[in-house]
Amino acid sequence: MARKITYQQAINEALDQEMSRDQNVIVMGEDVAGGAGSPGEQDAWGGVLGVTRGLYHKHPGRVIDTPISESGYVGAAIGAACCGMRPVAELMFVDFLGVCFDQIFNQAAKFRYMFGGKSETPVVIRAMYGAGFRAAAQHSQCLYNIFTHIPGLKVVVPSNPYDVKGLLIQSIRDNDPVIFLEHKALYTMEGEVPEESYAIPFGEAAVVREGHDVTIVAIGRMVLKAQEAAAELQKQGIHAEIIDPRTTSPLDTDTILESVEKTGRLIVVDESHPRCSMASDIAGLAAERAFSSLRAPIRQITGPHSPVPFSDALEELYIPSAAHIVAAAKSLKEYR
Amino acid sequence: MYPQKSNNLETTVTKALTREDLLKAYRTMRTIREFEERLHTDFATGEIPGFVHLYAGEEASATGVCMNLTAEDHIASTHRGHGHCIAKGVDPVGMMAEIWGRKTGTCKGKGGSMHIADLSVGMLGANGIVGGGGPLVCGTALAAKLRGQPHVSVCFFGDGASNQGTIFEAMNLASVWNLPVIFLAENNGYAEATSSKFSVACDNIADRASAFGMPGITVDGFDFFAVYEAAGAAIERARKGGGPSLVEVKLSRYYGHFEGDQQTYRAPGEVQNIRDTKDCLLQFARRVTTGGQLTQADLDSIDAEVKALIDGSVVKAKSDPKPSEADLLTDVYVSY
Repeated sequence: MARKITYQQAINEALDQEMSRDQNVIVMGEDVAGGAGSPGEQDAWGGVLGVTRGLYHKHPGRVIDTPISESGYVGAAIGAACCGMRPVAELMFVDFLGVCFDQIFNQAAKFRYMFGGKSETPVVIRAMYGAGFRAAAQHSQCLYNIFTHIPGLKVVVPSNPYDVKGLLIQSIRDNDPVIFLEHKALYTMEGEVPEESYAIPFGEAAVVREGHDVTIVAIGRMVLKAQEAAAELQKQGIHAEIIDPRTTSPLDTDTILESVEKTGRLIVVDESHPRCSMASDIAGLAAERAFSSLRAPIRQITGPHSPVPFSDALEELYIPSAAHIVAAAKSLKEYR
Repeated sequence: MYPQKSNNLETTVTKALTREDLLKAYRTMRTIREFEERLHTDFATGEIPGFVHLYAGEEASATGVCMNLTAEDHIASTHRGHGHCIAKGVDPVGMMAEIWGRKTGTCKGKGGSMHIADLSVGMLGANGIVGGGGPLVCGTALAAKLRGQPHVSVCFFGDGASNQGTIFEAMNLASVWNLPVIFLAENNGYAEATSSKFSVACDNIADRASAFGMPGITVDGFDFFAVYEAAGAAIERARKGGGPSLVEVKLSRYYGHFEGDQQTYRAPGEVQNIRDTKDCLLQFARRVTTGGQLTQADLDSIDAEVKALIDGSVVKAKSDPKPSEADLLTDVYVSY
């Protein structure tokens, strides 16, 4: 039965249901319980924003606080996965990738191929990403592009509560390392989510809205900006189709290309920086494989090539807006 | 009784080694030596691709440690990993084929010398990243602990890796989680071309143990019995829930960092002097024959069998097929 819960609650529910289903599922990270070794509550925090709250007592011994040693515990999660556990390691902010990247891209991502297919590494690394919280340059990045570049990793960027639950369950059941990225601005978003467990397959984009004038491919939180823009464009007689890839690796290229072939116009909205981004990747894909369908240039709407600024005045300028998308769609519609 | 003093070089034979154990130890050390000497010869012909880092001279370490392990225990190895693989039970014939880049290799020719792994015998992989294995063994040890299994995990690392943050993080993590891990520092005196006298800020790597709340000991790595005893004590302690230990084995490599290294950073005659006076195989043979546990004939017959095994592995590797184009994209999901 579906009822309205938040994105954050949906993540908690997915973890809870998978931990109940499979004793090999463990959760580890900094303050995922919050209170280890302290004189007060042993689960005082349940994650820095409370996402894992309540799991500590429901699943004794399987919600494990770690020291602030990202290489150490992310690597430990990978090692545990090599012998059949299904660890979910929380990296807190994806920006902390900088202190554990080797374990992710040289170890976890490589094992299956490098060992001739004789190992599996069913680990999930969860992290928050994205701007909008005045958290500045080291706590606001969108690093899915970096992970997407690495063969051997799967990369998930859910845009709503329904998807975040189904995709997290799929991530835990998947036998490859999965990078699961949660936009912190979505944590309070409410949506219809079934109580029962369900998995959403990787590599299947969602057509969030159908339209015939322009395709908007949007990643993560940018799906919401695209929806806002599409509503405005509708008033102006432009019918936008919105594609949410949901996973950037594997990427559902078929759904994107089919839409571009239908509309002849493509806008890609990616909160990350422009160079070597999902925007440039998907633009390249369409240019190479749907060239003859294009009726206008491809437009990429991204954050600028700058670190994320702190001041609200600057950060609001940094984040791609619905107005940017509306303007781009109109210019494409008017092209020739 | 586990020695708490970090630079204690004293060892006493407390565990009785049977005749079978001694034969096995000698066979393992001889197999490693023969494997590496043969690679040294064959690499010079230019036929072997890539890099190889030879373990010759260090055989007593891998053998002394792994004689205390079962197939359910895990080890993580280094770029200088052939000896660890053989001692842990990886098939030398498959290893030779792997090093020659053949489809019949342990990893189907996709890993090579630096990435030989066989999880079926608890070998988590040689590792091209210095210090990469520390976090991984925390994970395999955590899995054993959560499952209530008596298995231990050993991280082999060198004096170079002893200065890596991953090793510090892993030692702290293993200690705070009270994991059954043995950090096995193989101090061969040189990290590539840089002396550990320069790069390690304390007299002995084992001195660092107290900083992580674990016992540490330094042992003579040319003496199989010393390594067997010290590692055995640490492993026994870990199996009984006593937590991690740091064992430093001081030894020497007979060849360069990689094949082709002229080793001009070493003193003239340094390696020859060690070969003549300290060699682990010579010391072992002298001790067991003068003690009457084994005869020279026992050893000679092992030498002959090992030579035949390694000769056969090279003949096979040379004639085995290389992987084909059809193998390029297997063992990794491909989304582009």
